[in-house]
Amino acid sequence: MAPTENSNNENNMEKKMQTTTPSSLASVAGNREQRVPGTNLLGTGLETRGVHAWFGTKHVLSDVSLDFAAGTVTALIGPSGCGKSTYLRTLNRMHEFIPTAALAGEVLLDGQDIYAPGTDVTKIRLRVGMVFQKPNPFPSMTIGENVLSGLKLAQLKKSNTDELLESCLVRAGLWSEVKDRLGEHGGALSGGQQQRLCIARALAVEPQVLLMDEPCSALDPGSTFRIEETISELAKSMTIVIVTHNMQQAARVSDYTAFFLSDGGPGIMVETAPTSKIFSSPTDKRTEDYVTGRFG
Amino acid sequence: MTQTTIPKPQKPWSTSLAQRLATAGVLAIALVLAGAAVELTGLSGKLGFAAAYFFFASLLIFVQQLRLRDLAAAKDSLLSSFAFLAMTLTLIPIVSIVSTVFLKGYKGIHFGMFTNDMTLASVNDPVTSGGLIHALIGTLIMVGGALIVSFPIGLLTALYLTEIRGNLARPIKFLVQAMSGVPSIVAGLFILSILVIPITQELTGLMGSLALSILMIPTIARTAEEMLLLIPNDLREAGVALGATQWRTVSGVVVPAAKSGLVTAVILGIARIIGETAPILLVSGGADALNFNPTSGPMGSLPFYIWKAFLTGGTEEAYARAWGGMLILLILIMVLFGLARYLSGRKAS
Repeated sequence: MAPTENSNNENNMEKKMQTTTPSSLASVAGNREQRVPGTNLLGTGLETRGVHAWFGTKHVLSDVSLDFAAGTVTALIGPSGCGKSTYLRTLNRMHEFIPTAALAGEVLLDGQDIYAPGTDVTKIRLRVGMVFQKPNPFPSMTIGENVLSGLKLAQLKKSNTDELLESCLVRAGLWSEVKDRLGEHGGALSGGQQQRLCIARALAVEPQVLLMDEPCSALDPGSTFRIEETISELAKSMTIVIVTHNMQQAARVSDYTAFFLSDGGPGIMVETAPTSKIFSSPTDKRTEDYVTGRFG
Repeated sequence: MTQTTIPKPQKPWSTSLAQRLATAGVLAIALVLAGAAVELTGLSGKLGFAAAYFFFASLLIFVQQLRLRDLAAAKDSLLSSFAFLAMTLTLIPIVSIVSTVFLKGYKGIHFGMFTNDMTLASVNDPVTSGGLIHALIGTLIMVGGALIVSFPIGLLTALYLTEIRGNLARPIKFLVQAMSGVPSIVAGLFILSILVIPITQELTGLMGSLALSILMIPTIARTAEEMLLLIPNDLREAGVALGATQWRTVSGVVVPAAKSGLVTAVILGIARIIGETAPILLVSGGADALNFNPTSGPMGSLPFYIWKAFLTGGTEEAYARAWGGMLILLILIMVLFGLARYLSGRKAS
């Protein structure tokens, strides 16, 4: 990466950081270009209808209905333990990976319920990709192999993998840093680079929806900034749902925000609205208390 | 631009020369006191001297630390002394065994032992006649055969326990643990009674391999299970989230990530069986002639060679052969371990 580009990034980042005190969250959210749902050709998006989730007998999520229009970025915010990560994992059927998990409700991808009997779960996960909280590159693979691992794991045939490798790394904002070291192991990268590698890996199977579960919580501000840039870039070509504890981040990257809350019982979705509205004039008192920092 | 002088790198935390000398002095005094104790009291011999030395050394270091620093530091030094003692006690038998085998075994080593078998040599012949090629080849064939049978079964069992986690996981885990305590003679008798006597009615190397597999499978399964449990769940989730089936995730992500651990499982499995004598004795016959075919005719092995040389020998030549065989077995184990470590460590860096 050229030094000038680097310093520009840092300047930008500082500017953004400065403007994101809680009182000015609304203005940050207002700065983001508003995208209109349904203008994207990538399917009709993702909807959930009355989703409940359990772990064993514990009811952790109650009656969440949300629409994620194609080509939009939606942030899920709320205090810890409110079920937003659980909800995210119901969107690509990773919820069932936990043995005691149970579920009710519908998750519609392009109008089809992904939990309908006979649905091939691996196909769903190919269309709805995921980036995890902790960077988790495959340790036995090189950087290049990591990016293309999805093709191998899902047994997809692709010609011209070199081109795909480059384009995924470019879109994840990592190409300039790793183009000369594609043969090194993923573990040799810094935490932020590893997370961008995981994003590139998720992009290689060309999902139409990308789920991100607190992708920046383990990263420093510089890497966080790079990933937020990446998200803005990706939003042009896919639907993104991001769980975050960082309200500034929600304000910076998302078009829509949904606020989740648990009062000791199962988590519920309190309110959803365009991000600028959530941070300027939320309808619900509890949302207002949360986004202004009065609790949580 | 001002010239900054770069200071010399130092380690201010390391022990100073004076401290080292003080410790050396204390240890020297302990040596003298131990010598005096052996002369003046009922203690005698090397063991008495070592015990007295340990007693005085730890006592003097304790007092020294108490004077220089405080009670906490003195107690700390006492723990270090005991840890050192325990380490020494562990090392003594290992060093003793290896050195004894080397010292006694090298006399039995000659070039001809890698080209000849024992068909034409008797216990009274000089050591240089005959050899153990039949035993070496037999051991390699039988251990290799056991590995071919045990590794897939052991690994798949471990995958059932860690990845599939079916309803039978708990009882199977218990059975595998119980199986690792099966005495080797029982494994031999089992193969003898269900295969050799009713079916093949012939002692062969293959039967030896199968008996050894019974001992090897639980070791490989348990070690592989522990190694697979060390793989973070994140990686499984990452694989599955990329649209991989469970089988693709396991074969493409989990097993490669556990590769060096699985090599350890193989090493421990080989270590468990390579010196086994009882099952070999029962089901593979233990021949004096070289036999490359595990499905026909008796097959020798190194432990059997050693056992036979000691038992039927009684001559100096026979004992030299036995020690020589032990040395070869020991070297073989070391080579296998070194090879396995090399293979598992090669890609990890």
